[in-house]
Order: sequence, then structure tokens, then C-alpha cells
Amino acid sequence: MKLTCLSRGQGFHCPPCHMIDLGGFCILLECPIDLSALTAFAPIMATTSEVGMGSDEEEEEGKEASLSVDGLINSVPWYKTVGSLGLWDVSLIDVVVISSPMGILGLPILTRNSNFSAKIYATEVTTKIGQLMMEDLVTMHEEALQFFGPGEEFKYPEWMTWNELEKYPQVIRTIVMGNVAEELGSWFPLYSKAEIDECIKKVQTAKYAEECCYNSSLIFKAFSSGLEIGGANWTIHCPGSSVTYLTSSIFKSATAMEFNYHDLQGNDFILFSDFSSFNDAGMSNSEKEPLDEPSSIADVPLIREDNNNDEDREGFAASVEMLEELEKINFISSCVVETAKGGGSVLIPIGRLGIILQLLEVISQALEALELKVPMYIISSAAEEMLALANVFPEWVSSERQQKLYSGTSLFGHAELTKESKLQFFPVIHSPDFMQAWQEPCIVFSPHWSLRLGPAVHLLRRWHADENCLLILESGVDADVALSPFMPIAMKVLRCSFLSGLPIRKVHPLLEFLKSKHILFPEDLRPHVPLREGASFLYYSENRTMAAPNPSDGVEADLSIDLARQLRPRRMLQETMAISRLKGKLQLSYGRHLLAPTKAPSDLPAKRLLWGPVDRSLLLHSLAEKGIIESSVEQDDGGRCRIFVQDGDRRAVVELGAAPAVIAAADERLAALLHEALCSASDGI
Amino acid sequence: MAIECLVLGAGQTVGKSCVVATVAGKRIMFDCGMHMGYSDARSFPDFSLIPHAGEGRFDSAISCVIITHFHLDHIGALPYFTEVCGYNGPIYMTYPTKALAPLMLEDYRKVKEQRGDEEKFSGDHIMNCLKKVITVDIKQTVQVAKDIQIRAYYAGHVLGAAMFYVKVGDATMVYTGDYNMTPDRHLGAAQICHLPLDLLITESTYATTIRDSKYAREREFLKVVHKCVSGGGKVLIPAFALGRAQELCILLDDYWERMNLNIPIYFSAGLTIQANMYYKTFIGWTSRRIKDTSAIKNAFDFKHVCPFKPSMINDPGPCVLFATPGMLTGGFSVEVFKQWAPSEKNLVTLPGYCLAGTLGHKLMSGKATTVDLDKDTRIEVRCQIHQLSFSPHTDAKGIMDLVGFLSPKHVILVHGEKPKMASLKGRIESELGIQCCYPANGETVLIPTAQLVKIHASKAFIRSHTNSNFHSLTADGVDLSHSGSTPISPTEGETVVEGILIMEKTKRAKAVHNNELLESLSVLENKVQFAYCCPVYICSLEQMPSNQLTCSTSSAGGKIEDPWLSLLFLKLKEKIDCTSAGLGSDHLTLGSFRVQPCLKESCCHRIGEPADPKEPTVYFCCSWSLEDEKLAWRVLSIMRDSLTISSGIELTC
Repeated sequence: MKLTCLSRGQGFHCPPCHMIDLGGFCILLECPIDLSALTAFAPIMATTSEVGMGSDEEEEEGKEASLSVDGLINSVPWYKTVGSLGLWDVSLIDVVVISSPMGILGLPILTRNSNFSAKIYATEVTTKIGQLMMEDLVTMHEEALQFFGPGEEFKYPEWMTWNELEKYPQVIRTIVMGNVAEELGSWFPLYSKAEIDECIKKVQTAKYAEECCYNSSLIFKAFSSGLEIGGANWTIHCPGSSVTYLTSSIFKSATAMEFNYHDLQGNDFILFSDFSSFNDAGMSNSEKEPLDEPSSIADVPLIREDNNNDEDREGFAASVEMLEELEKINFISSCVVETAKGGGSVLIPIGRLGIILQLLEVISQALEALELKVPMYIISSAAEEMLALANVFPEWVSSERQQKLYSGTSLFGHAELTKESKLQFFPVIHSPDFMQAWQEPCIVFSPHWSLRLGPAVHLLRRWHADENCLLILESGVDADVALSPFMPIAMKVLRCSFLSGLPIRKVHPLLEFLKSKHILFPEDLRPHVPLREGASFLYYSENRTMAAPNPSDGVEADLSIDLARQLRPRRMLQETMAISRLKGKLQLSYGRHLLAPTKAPSDLPAKRLLWGPVDRSLLLHSLAEKGIIESSVEQDDGGRCRIFVQDGDRRAVVELGAAPAVIAAADERLAALLHEALCSASDGI
Repeated sequence: MAIECLVLGAGQTVGKSCVVATVAGKRIMFDCGMHMGYSDARSFPDFSLIPHAGEGRFDSAISCVIITHFHLDHIGALPYFTEVCGYNGPIYMTYPTKALAPLMLEDYRKVKEQRGDEEKFSGDHIMNCLKKVITVDIKQTVQVAKDIQIRAYYAGHVLGAAMFYVKVGDATMVYTGDYNMTPDRHLGAAQICHLPLDLLITESTYATTIRDSKYAREREFLKVVHKCVSGGGKVLIPAFALGRAQELCILLDDYWERMNLNIPIYFSAGLTIQANMYYKTFIGWTSRRIKDTSAIKNAFDFKHVCPFKPSMINDPGPCVLFATPGMLTGGFSVEVFKQWAPSEKNLVTLPGYCLAGTLGHKLMSGKATTVDLDKDTRIEVRCQIHQLSFSPHTDAKGIMDLVGFLSPKHVILVHGEKPKMASLKGRIESELGIQCCYPANGETVLIPTAQLVKIHASKAFIRSHTNSNFHSLTADGVDLSHSGSTPISPTEGETVVEGILIMEKTKRAKAVHNNELLESLSVLENKVQFAYCCPVYICSLEQMPSNQLTCSTSSAGGKIEDPWLSLLFLKLKEKIDCTSAGLGSDHLTLGSFRVQPCLKESCCHRIGEPADPKEPTVYFCCSWSLEDEKLAWRVLSIMRDSLTISSGIELTC
């Protein structure tokens, strides 16, 4: 097995991307887009429709925006994929494995290449949600296209030229080109809806723990990762070795089905691909910098590293993280309700389905408790369908949610909210329906979290100067850059990071539990995880191909009883062993080899292969049976021994003791007889 | 190894499905149903027949219970088995089955309670029983224990119905439960993969029936219902809460929409409304058509359907009512029937199968004018009776298709009527050549299984294959460009591997490539060489100019310096193909055959009488190994044949 880490990703919204070579098959793991790079582009200008919403400061707002927008690229956005993927020949990829909706976002860029012929595996839910996310992205992008005009879509845009790039601030340049301009090649124009459809058609959807068999030899199986509804870790079996592809996982989630680590146990390799703790550590520097934040609302505390938690029966899976997450949700909800009570509106551009589902429930309950009649809107072309999806996949939600189903209520509460008109969906912001329903203060869920696309941009323009309003910002984007076009900001900003992987202190016990021989582990996380005895850690880093040792030479195979009956085993001289020639039809199905009888003509009797010492008494016995008599024996000092034999008047000599044994005879028949006798007196086949 | 298959229920009958399969001490129970026709001990499978299960030791006797779907004849005895008999092991069923089963069980229990019959289990029993259930998804492969693997396949029939594939060790079987090979209004057709199977246990409800298209029957149903309601009549559809009711409801709701009707459609109790909620959630388990449109509108959001209150029985005006239970076995549907049956304006539509002994069966079997409900109640039946042969079971063609598709080694028929099963058995054996049986309840059948020996195969062994078709392709596949119709199928030929199997006591047998054998045995090869120092008599050779003799060269560039050898080489060239011969200064090789002039007087390979000293003799010492045996003797015979080398040879360089 060979591993090349193509990208370690950018947190939850941009999972890591790898290429592995297993059993001769080339497997791509994930194909994400780094949407946080969108912050390098300027959001589109305020459009006339916002006037309709009665904004008084429209004029000034426009000016301010254009001033602070100077440092950003003012063009139709392009999208940043995994750069080094471009170095691979698309036609050589055999399989693409997708573990979360975020991992599928860049796939149409790959599938629109006519050389693409790989099989794509993803769970049903991931595919559906991924498709909606991509379509939503295209819809939002269309707005930018309308603004800038479609002209330059397929030639290299001007901003990418060296001269232009020089003009941008350092932080933007780094987003665009990376540290040494290596990422300049990772930018692509966005795909179209037709390309998404093409891509989705090629996906082979997998059920929970379904055995998906590729080319009779590889078997892929998805098990819940707990990260998101439909999120999966995969096991890949090929004859002779097996791999656990361990992505960012959450032991116990309030929405998605729990991380199933039991079924990941015992494979030869673990590809540990959860960079969440690294991303948290890396991110926290910029996060902790004070931001223009006039309110007293503090950061939601990052995950604490407490060790004295109450561990559950498995020893390391625990509800501590989930409780912390619930605390966070409740805290956000209380901030939201507080703002609404004070007459301010709230903008929640969070892009995580699980968080949205929880917030909807918690906020609506809190509003109800206070008898506040503040409307909740979701403005997104995909949200309605996406939330409806969450209610029809009971196979992928947490056991608490499943329990709700068995007691006869729907999985998530949003359906009831919609029925009671407490929650309203609007596909676009510029629609008469929306204008009619619109009332402030309100709570709006709306994409996109990068604050560059979608209705969030318009709403942020409207509210940014209102200190009563609140913006909930997800960590994962550089908040300074993200908010820069909206400066100065008077509205409160609540930044929060959500759990998006295994806490580092649980990595070690988990790896211990999984009992793999080899653990492929990120070099970046090396200092955080102690070595485990009995397992070999192989550290990988970005863009370096690493060969992992083959666990065994050979595979397990099945021998059909019919073929076994055809065998003519020959007992060896030391009695405990027997050997037999074996010829059969080899069938490979579901990763297992089966040997069955063949009708192929058997060849001439194969040549004889001898080894080990020659038993002299056996030899003479055998000769005597053939009517050949020993006439004399000569023995020299070197242990060499010459046996003179006679068959009638024909004579021959057999030389033993030194390699090779020699049969000296003038007669073909006699030589053959002697050879036969020699064979019967020695191990051989 | 063999599969020991004990039929506890649904053997040669329909009802109380229960089959226990045993492989190497591992026991798996498929379904745990009840018989609706009985209310005594016969209504449950006789669990005491399970081997090693005396006095409630079911946990150790049974590895797991698998329930295929929520119908009572498949799940009805489960609460009794777990809560009363005390089975505590794992129970597997699909998500919808787990969600919907309590509704069915509770409904049944209530009917029993109302009738005052003895209760076999309580409401708590149902709850506790279902808590033990482990849910599975379609195609999810579940490792029950180290060597037990189960997998569910979509079966159609009702929401959540599944066929189960079970692999115990090497023995493989599929238990179908009830299934439908054609999609209906709300469910898809059964789907299964090609699997190598030792045993297929299939239902055979319609073992001899071949059904025509459903559309004609659907049209007829709608026509009859429409006629009745437009005449001001009431339509009673006695159906079980789940399945048929939803299918017909989709049909009616759609028809109402198209025909712009506003006559109410009622569901008899809250129960069915709640069931609709489940159908909405489990829309992923319905047919593809419904699934695909679910994003726009959930097909189970019925527009024209509203709940029915018992007080509305005698309300005037037409309506359509779905009332539970089906088959008119009692409860509310019979209540309504009592009120509605005497009016000829009304209609009773009986969808699907009615068990013998039920009121539904009586109505279906003939033109009954009066029906005795019990000894006090006699009802005049004047209403129309419409029989709708909608059944979610597969017909004979479907069974044959499935058996043919899976091609198992053996088939066991359950869940059918004995004479029909006999005729189906005949067809399976004659048309498909598969052994088939239909044991009665309590009978055990032994099914032999295909046996496999697990071996370890080295990579070189696996790669040693030769594909016969590859060779034929390279041989005659040259002008494929002209013959476009010739199909190329390089994988058609079988892949043949060759090597050596090493069997050692207490170890797994190991297949290795021929070249790996010595290494894996850690021994050295004992080569055998043949040798002969061959005398060659020479005459008139001395007349040859020696300079001409020394210039023999081979194509390989070697050069023979020895004149005798050179002469021999020329000689051999005449008789045999020497293009691959290797020449050295003092030796000549052909494959492993090596010849060199021997000057030693006492060469140990000189066999036989010493040569006549009068004749000029040159000895050539020859050695070869076994693979060139034939060549060697040929060369030697040439050497011996031409004892004399004539001077007439033309020497060419």
C-alpha cells in the first residue's frame, strides 16, 4: 500500500484529501473545495433590491464597502480545489471514496474531465446532501455571474496574473497562491448544474455497512463517523490486506449516528485522517486575537482538555464532548434570543446541517418559553430539501433521535415549526413572497459562511452597522478577512467553533482499541500522540508518497472440496508433511479467491524436483525391484560415493554425496530406471 | 457440514412462519409468527421442538432471531418468545419493521382484549421485546458472531420487508420471508444479488397462480368504488393498518385529485394516521418513483384523507372507509360491516388474501346472503362484495424467477398450501434441476452444503495464472479491425493457476508457486545430472586441413578451438536445429546438454567396454539434466551412429 496525502484540508468544511494505492488500484479519498479561500474575493455590490427593503444608509454603505473592499479581488470568484490533485492523471484513478458532503464538493471538477472513469462511492445521504450543497453553491454563484457578466469564465482571469497579484495584500496573496505560489494551479471556475448532475449520476451510493465490491477484489464498507448525518468512515479490503480510513469522527453526536468504531477494528492499516485537533491548534492563534467586537459576548470556550471526565464503558467514548456541544448550542441560542428580545435581528450563516437542526429546535423552544414572536427565516435554495432529507433517513441519525421515531414523532422538530409557520423557507432573497413575509427583528439562517456569496452578504450589508444585531460566525474562516468588506462593524459578532473531530486525548485509546498493525499518522500530529507498543506508526506529510509495508505475502483462499479430492498428495520423508501439485481454476469474487477444478488439459507430467538427502537403502531397494543389481561401491574421502550397478550386461554408475547427483549410463532406458529409483529414494515432486 | 432445517411454522400451510436453521451448532430462527386462525396453543410455533432448548434455555440454543417483516404471521409470537419463554439473545429486523411492529402487535392485543380472549402477552411485553431489537439497513452486512454474517435485501411486500441472507461458516442460505417480484403503487420489487447459495427458503403463497397486469385490476377497483359513491353508497375497505391501506390510499387520493371528487376518505382510527407518519419518514424504503418525487411532495401526505370517528358510522352521504382489521376478523371493521352490509347501495371491497375461517373468507367464497357472526347475531348481506386480488406476494412466475436467478443447491418451500407446493416443487426440480422439498410443521430437513477448505495462497501462486483466452486472442486476433461483429471477451476463458500445495499437520495448507517451493520448505534442490563419456571412432579425419577445422563459429559469437568438437558441431548441425547452441573454446552446449572432448583416460563417466585401441577414438564427455533428456539421447545416438566421420564433408565457415 502506498499513501500520498494531497492536502491536510482546512477544517470541517474542507476535509483532507489522499491518494492511496492498494492492491494495484488507485483510490482517491475525498475531493473537496476550500471555500474559505472565497474570502479573497470581494462580495458583490449592494443591488437595487436592497433599496426595496428600506435601507436608509444605502448610499454611504456602498461607499464604505467599496473602500474596504479595495484589498480584495473584484471579480467572478474562482474556486480552490486540492492543488496537487492536478498532478495526477485523472484516467488512472480507479475509485473515489467520499466520506462527507464536504468531500464531494470538488468532484464535478474532476468528473467533467472526459478521461475520468473511476467509480465513486458515497453514502446515500452524503450524496443527496452534497448534491444540494453544490446546487446551492451554483445558485449563489449565479448572482456573482449576473453582476460581473459571464465573459471571462474559461480563460485565466486577470487577477491571476503576476502583476495583479502583487497589488493585493499579503494575506490575500497567501490565500491565492500559498506560501511559494504552489497553489496557483488549484483554482478552477465553478461547475454548472448539468455538471453536478453528471457527477451525481456516476456516484454509486452505499447503504450503511453495505459491501460495495469493486472489480471483484476491493470491498468498501461505510460505517457512521458521527461527524454529520450520512458521514462515514470506510474500511477497504483487498485480497491480502485491509485498511481503515478513519476520517474526522465524533463519538457521540446530537444529530448524526454515533461513531461506530467497533466495526473498524482489526484491519492491517489505519489511515488516520482526522486533522481537526491540528486545525484547532493552528487556528486558535488567529482566533484569540481580539476583533472589533463591541459586545461583551465572549468566545464560546474551545474544547477543554479535561482528563477527569467520566468515561463510559468503552473507556474512551464519552458524552463530555456532546454535553459541551449542547452547552455551546444553548449559549448561542441564549445570545440569539437575547438579541431578538432587544429588538435586534440575528444572522446565522452557519453551513453545518447538524448545527442548524439543533439551533432551530433550541431557539424555537427558547422563544416559545419567553413567548417572543420573532420569525425565523431560512433563505437558501437548498435548505428546505436538505432539512426534509434529515427527516427521512432514520438509518443515519443518533439513537436518541431514532427513539423519537419509535415513539411516533418525527426525527427533527423543524417540520412542526414549518407547519406552525414559525419557520419559513425562502429559496431566494429577491422574491415578492419574501418581501411580504419579511419583518424585523428576525432570525435568519442563510448561506454562505464565507460571507462572500448568498443572501448572507445582503443581510450583512443591511445589519452590519446596527449594534443591536448579532452575527453568528463559524470558525474556519479568518474572521478579519471575512469581515473586512463590511467594516466598520457595529453589530455583535459571536464566533464559535464546533467539535469537528476526535479530541486529541482520545486518539491514543482509540488507536489502541482498533488493534491495527500499522498506523499511518499525520506528521503534524506526531508530538500529540504517544507511540503505542506493538504497532508501527508511519508518519506521513503533505505531498510525499509513502510506501507502507505489505502485511503478508499471500492471501487466504478457498479450495473447493471437489478440487481437493483430485489432489494426489505425496508424503514427505519426515512424515509430518505432504505436498501435492495443484492446478485449478481461480475465481475472484467479493475479494476472495476460490480454487475450483479446471477442465483445462493437464500438461505433460511436470519435471521432477528433488531435494534433501538420498536414502541409500531405499535406493538399492528400489533398484532391486527393477532388477538392477549393485555390483560395487566406491567411497572417497569427500563423502562422495559411487555405486556401480548392472542390469544384465548394461552397466551404469550413480554418484551420490555431492551436488549434483550424477547418473552415468550409456543406455536411455537404464538411465530412466535409475532416475526413477533415485526419485523414490528422495523427497521431491 | 450440513444445514439442519427445522420448520416450526408455515410448513405446508400459511401462518405462524418460523424456521430454525442449524449449522455447526449455530442456530438461527427466521421469523416468529402466529397463526391467526387459532386461539389455542396451535397459534404459536412449538418452541419446545428446538433442540437443546429445554426449560427456557433458548439463549444458549439460538444465536439470533431474524424477523423479515411486521405481519403478525411473521412477528406475532415474538413478544411471547422473548418475554414469556425468556429468549434474550439478539433479534434483527429492519428499521421500518421495528417502528411498525408495535402498532400491529398492539392492535392485535387490543382485539384479543376486547374479545375477552386469553392474552398471550401484554402491552409491556411488546415494549420490552422491541427494546431488544437490533435494527439493520438494507444490504447492511452484520457480523452477529465470529462466523455468522447476515444481510438484508429489499423484498417489496410491505414497508420494511426484507429477505435475509445468512452465512454461517461456509454454509449460505437465504430466507425470503414474504416478497413481491413486481413493484406496486408504493413499494419496489424485491432485489437481491447473485449469491452462491446452499439453501433458499422461499414463501409459496401463490405457488401456482400467474397474475396478469395490475393495472386492469386497479382500474376496476376505482370504477367500482366510483360507481358506489356516485350512487350515494358507502364503501368499506377492511384492511390491516399498514400496507394495503396505504397503497389503495395512494391510488384513491390520486384518482380523487384527477376526477375532482370531494367525497371523504376516512381512516378508521388514529392508528392508521400514525402509520402514515411512519410511511412519510420511511419514504426511502418505498418505490423509486415515490422516493424521487418526495423532494417536491411526500406521497403519503394524503389530501383527501381524514380520520373517522365511530359516531360517524350512520352519518348520511357517501364515503370511503378504511377500517381495521383486515379479513373482517372482528373489531371495528366488523362493527361497520354490521351497519353497512344490509344496504344494497353499499360496497365492501376485500383486498387480498382472507384466511379460512374469517368472515372475509366467507364473503369471498360465495354469494352469502346471511352471515352468522355469533350465535346471537345474524346479518343480512345485501351490499355488493368486491374482491380485489391485490396481493403483495409474488406469483408462481416470480418464485420461479427468483429461484432461477439465485440458483441455490436446494430449495425449501414454506408459507403455502400443500397441493400447490407439490406442483411448484415439481416445476423447480424439472425446469431448474434444483432439489426441492416442502416439509410439514415439526419436520427437520438436512441440507448438505458446499464445502471449502481454507488455504493460504502465496502471491506468486495467484499470479501464476494463464488465461486461455488471452492466448487465443493474440493468436488469431489480428484483423479484428475488419470483423467488427466479433465480440472480444478476454475474461471469458477461465483463469488457471498452477503450483504446489504444502500440507502440514496442524497448519493451514499453503499453495505456492513452483519456484517458491524449495524456499518455503527451506531445503536445497538436489539436482540430478546424467552423464556419459561417449566414444567416437574416427577415420580419415587426418586428411582434413586443420586450419579449416578451427574456424567454426556460432551465431552467438562463440568460437570452437578444438578441432574434434568443431567437427562434431558440423555433424550435429546437419541433423538437428543448433541455432541456440552455445559454443566455448572447448565445449558445446545445447540447452543443459553439454559436451566436451575428454582426454582423461579414467573418466568416471566412461561406461562399458573400453574402446578398441586399434581404431582412432575420441572421447566426448557429455552431461545433461532431466529436462533435456530427449535431446541428449538424440545427440548421443547421432554421435554413436556416425562412428566414422567421412572426409567428404564440405567445411563451410
